[in-house]
Amino acid sequence: MSEFESAPASTPLLAVENLHKTFDMHALGDKRVVGLEDVSFAVERGEFLAVVGESGSGKSSLLKCLYRTYEPSSGRVLYAGPNGTVDLASCDDRTVIDLRTKAIGYTSQFLDEIPRVPAVDVVARPLHEGGMAVDAARERAEMLLSRLRLPEALWEAYPATFSGGERQRVNLAQAIAPKPRLLLLDEPTSALDPETRAAAIDLLREFLDDGTTIVGVFHNRDVVEAVADRVVVLEDARVREIGPVEAFDREVIA
Amino acid sequence: MSLLEGADLTKIYGDGCESCRARTGDSAGTNQCPVCGSVVACADVNLSVAEGEVLGIVGESGSGKSSLAETLALAADDGGEGESGSRIEGEIRYAGHEGNLLEVDYETRHRLRNGDISLVHQHVRDGLELDFSGGGNVAEKLLSAGWRNYEAVRERVRSLFEETEIPVGRMDDPTHTYSGGMQRRVQIARALANDPAVVVLDEPTTGLDVSVQARVLDTFRRVQREEGVAAIVVSHDLGVVRLLADRTLVMRHGRVVESGLTDRIMEDPHHEYTQTLINSVI
Ligand SMILES: [Zn+2]
Repeated sequence: MSEFESAPASTPLLAVENLHKTFDMHALGDKRVVGLEDVSFAVERGEFLAVVGESGSGKSSLLKCLYRTYEPSSGRVLYAGPNGTVDLASCDDRTVIDLRTKAIGYTSQFLDEIPRVPAVDVVARPLHEGGMAVDAARERAEMLLSRLRLPEALWEAYPATFSGGERQRVNLAQAIAPKPRLLLLDEPTSALDPETRAAAIDLLREFLDDGTTIVGVFHNRDVVEAVADRVVVLEDARVREIGPVEAFDREVIA
Repeated sequence: MSLLEGADLTKIYGDGCESCRARTGDSAGTNQCPVCGSVVACADVNLSVAEGEVLGIVGESGSGKSSLAETLALAADDGGEGESGSRIEGEIRYAGHEGNLLEVDYETRHRLRNGDISLVHQHVRDGLELDFSGGGNVAEKLLSAGWRNYEAVRERVRSLFEETEIPVGRMDDPTHTYSGGMQRRVQIARALANDPAVVVLDEPTTGLDVSVQARVLDTFRRVQREEGVAAIVVSHDLGVVRLLADRTLVMRHGRVVESGLTDRIMEDPHHEYTQTLINSVI
């Protein structure tokens, strides 16, 4: 396939190059909003890169561009997959769908509404659809929900009736369950209590040890300090600086 | 390779003239030709559906989405010459058949509609015989595909009822005694009866209460994924398309104005019309 180029093993898992995103709001007199401007950085395999910055600095836009929920206006997002490198900014929609199914997970603080699907099935179904046996999928879903401290009484209930924190646990469990190679997390712990946040951190650490690469926005600095390797700071849609987590003042990553 | 592809699909009601295409569509703001009065229901539509994929087609009434759905489902009974003076141009290619599906003979079209490509009609009355039993409506589809063994037919109908969550005990009751949601499930069971490769759903929530809509859509979503059947879902309701479709086309005045990943269309709409459509829902 033309969109694949072979990549040496030393290349980063993700290389973002000169990424731009503008929104043209035709209904608002063609007002142009800049979401990202000339953003470049790389993410190594097994690394956890935290994206920080004030609200409106472009953090969510960045993650959505990486997942192609937003279509980048220009620039490249080179993902080094097992079958070669794919430019997520320009590859065709079916390639994106395929990668989302097999390799790239995403979760935001908002849970997609799936009517009348019990919490455990929200997590287990994609696993089953991905080829896992029904029982094994269910077992894994229950394990993750239990690790994320969702009360067992809620496993068979519909997330539409849950509190924000409960929904977020289902959301996070669903995103991480297939063990994606790349996880994009947009404030997945914002509504969690401290104990559950700690449980989520433990889980993410295990995933990192297993080789998952994570790019995440967290509004709790304890999460960033506990698991991030490096930090990229966004300001006014641009990268202000990027470096190891130790190099930053606590105020920056809060 | 795609399972089903439409190329330059065009459907015109009326005699048509040289100006029809240029004087209709999104930029013209109408689907009716001001020169000859013909209605260009859809024009120059290109689309494709892969195996197991769900394609959404969204638009308001008059956008041409239902004409397109009928065309793709081979629902026009006389092929190239559509009903009431309409004309269909373009090509429909299907992995299970050589050549343009718009040019096949009556028998082939009948066979494809019974086995490969099935349509769930927007209006229950167009899809079901309400005086027949629910089971009979599903069995009829099996019989027209050549099933003859009574027990085998009954067993298949029973399992389709279970799959689509219709109480098996109601199998022999007349369909008009079913609730709206159950009637819609019978349509879905009927559409799935002969293990089609593609199901076309035209406005699957028409006439259903909101709570019933969600349950029917969820059933379809589950069965569609379990069976790995491809689907084309046509709806004016962005919520329906958002729930079911991997990719989406947005239609207006008979033209596709935008297409892409469903979440991209919803969160980063590019076309002015799509932006208006989405802002009016949020
Ligand atoms: Zn004309």
